[in-house]
Amino acid sequence: MDIFSFLIQLLNGLQYGLLLFLVASGLTLIFGIMGIINLAHGSFYMIGAYMAFSLSTLTGNLFIAIVVGIVLSVILGVALEWALFSHLYKRDHLEQVLLTYGLILVFEELRSLIVGNDVHGVAVPAIFNWSIPLTESLSYPVYRLFMSAVCIVLAVLLYLLIAKTRIGMMIRAGSSNREMVQSLGLNINLVYRLVFALGVALAAFAGMLAAPVSSVYPGMGTGVLIICFVVVVIGGIGSIWGALVASLLIGLADTFGKVLIPQAAGVTVYLLMAAILLWRPEGLFRRV
Amino acid sequence: MRAPAAVDKRKKGVLLAALAVLVLFPFAGATFYTELVTKVMILAIFALSLDLLVGYTGLVSFGHAAFFGVGAYALGLLAPKYEAANLWLTLPAAIALAGICALFVGAFVIRVKGIYFIMVTLAFAQMFYFVFHDTRFGRGSDGISLNFKPVAVIGNFTPFDLANATHVYYFVFVAMLLVFIFLRVLLRSAFGRALQGIRSNEHRMRSLGYPVYWYKLASFSIAGALAGLAGYLSALQFGFVNPELLSWHQSGNVLLMLILGGVGSLYGAVAGAFAFVALQELYSALTTHWQLLLGGTIILLVIFLPGGLSSVADRFKHTVVGEPEDE
Repeated sequence: MDIFSFLIQLLNGLQYGLLLFLVASGLTLIFGIMGIINLAHGSFYMIGAYMAFSLSTLTGNLFIAIVVGIVLSVILGVALEWALFSHLYKRDHLEQVLLTYGLILVFEELRSLIVGNDVHGVAVPAIFNWSIPLTESLSYPVYRLFMSAVCIVLAVLLYLLIAKTRIGMMIRAGSSNREMVQSLGLNINLVYRLVFALGVALAAFAGMLAAPVSSVYPGMGTGVLIICFVVVVIGGIGSIWGALVASLLIGLADTFGKVLIPQAAGVTVYLLMAAILLWRPEGLFRRV
Repeated sequence: MRAPAAVDKRKKGVLLAALAVLVLFPFAGATFYTELVTKVMILAIFALSLDLLVGYTGLVSFGHAAFFGVGAYALGLLAPKYEAANLWLTLPAAIALAGICALFVGAFVIRVKGIYFIMVTLAFAQMFYFVFHDTRFGRGSDGISLNFKPVAVIGNFTPFDLANATHVYYFVFVAMLLVFIFLRVLLRSAFGRALQGIRSNEHRMRSLGYPVYWYKLASFSIAGALAGLAGYLSALQFGFVNPELLSWHQSGNVLLMLILGGVGSLYGAVAGAFAFVALQELYSALTTHWQLLLGGTIILLVIFLPGGLSSVADRFKHTVVGEPEDE
């Protein structure tokens, strides 16, 4: 592997990892703060990608599609939290698993009813539809760099939101003691609704951003969900910082795994997870 | 309130009636339904094996399909290409392989608890899925077709014919009964009681000096081996295996069966398998998008029945199915 192919794989791995972070951070926040295991989180990624496809076909512009898509996914998040997830806070994990499993079936069938089961492509926006030449034969697509940049910006914003704002303070307080926050007169239910909507929007946004690169296909949510579970397990549940480190680790392991040992491409990340479980069963970073 | 003796008597009556129906069922001559009930009984074995984990050890596994798949693939991979496999060799091999895989996975996953356990079991099951889906060894997404059904030959004597749907029915029926009795005996043994102690209070069991980790690992391995048996039977019935046997839908569905029948009840696991397939058949007769109805049903069940379906069973104590056995 020469230096340029290595560089390309490195960038791809980081970009994949950053994208995973967008999905995994919502998953880990929803668990860390609301105590809910959400199997349907991958479906939000899938819904985002399909929104990017449908809305960009409708409007002819991916950026307009993304803006509209974010608004729709926040609405979806608020509605779901109000109608379903708010019933789950005091239930055991088994019931949470079942309800969110049911939700996956519903989302997948609705997707099949509305858009069908075909694989669709989404065009890369014209301003990013070019590549930086590295050598005569190798080049790197600018859209992927754009994706990584957007993810980094979002990660920083997320950090600022949680560490520096009043809302973030409420979120952190809610994650450590729900009753105490309530008795201090803060509206914890509102915090939960916001966190859930934020998680949905992040996952859907990741799906929209990835649509031009990965194309849009049935079952895309499931794949991402399980990888994000691996991320959360490695990073430590409830830890945003852990989610970031683990996402990048998984992104790199998966990308280089595919290049170096193509026979076992699908298995690399799980082996990494097994190794980390042996070393630190509670994950690399505990809590926020 | 009915007297316990009367409940017991009634319970026995319903049980005997159910057994009689299952024994006589193939005589009705409806081959389609005989095969369907065979499939249900295989799923019942699968659900029973998971109940040992979820209901009696307190380990909610979302990756149980991995061992079902290993059992099925064991037959697919061990069967010679140009002749029939021997049941008496391949069946124990499949159970042992599934048990060993469960032992291996268990060594990792038992180290984590609660919500982590759910995620990690799911992730490991996905790893097995990819092993069969991506490697040449597993023959990819098409899976493996069995050219011949296994034969139950002992020396020169063949007691039953596994190419005959009725014979397969009874073979699976007996297997289900044996698994049921095995679990019954296991749960009433000192080992089984220790597992249930771990489920209700792990710390106390630990301070009583029980090696909790090893008990859980043993439970996980036994459950995996029994799931392997179910997988083997499934491969035997349908004559082919593919990675979908290990898919997480399979793991989700078997959990759903447990919930339908009542977690922590062996009768419930069997009843849940029947209820699940009945729902599936009913909904798929209505629409090709039956998963929408199934998903909607699950959501409504969880929202409107806090504490799960078994809480309903608690309210109707005199029904047999789903009654938690206080053992």
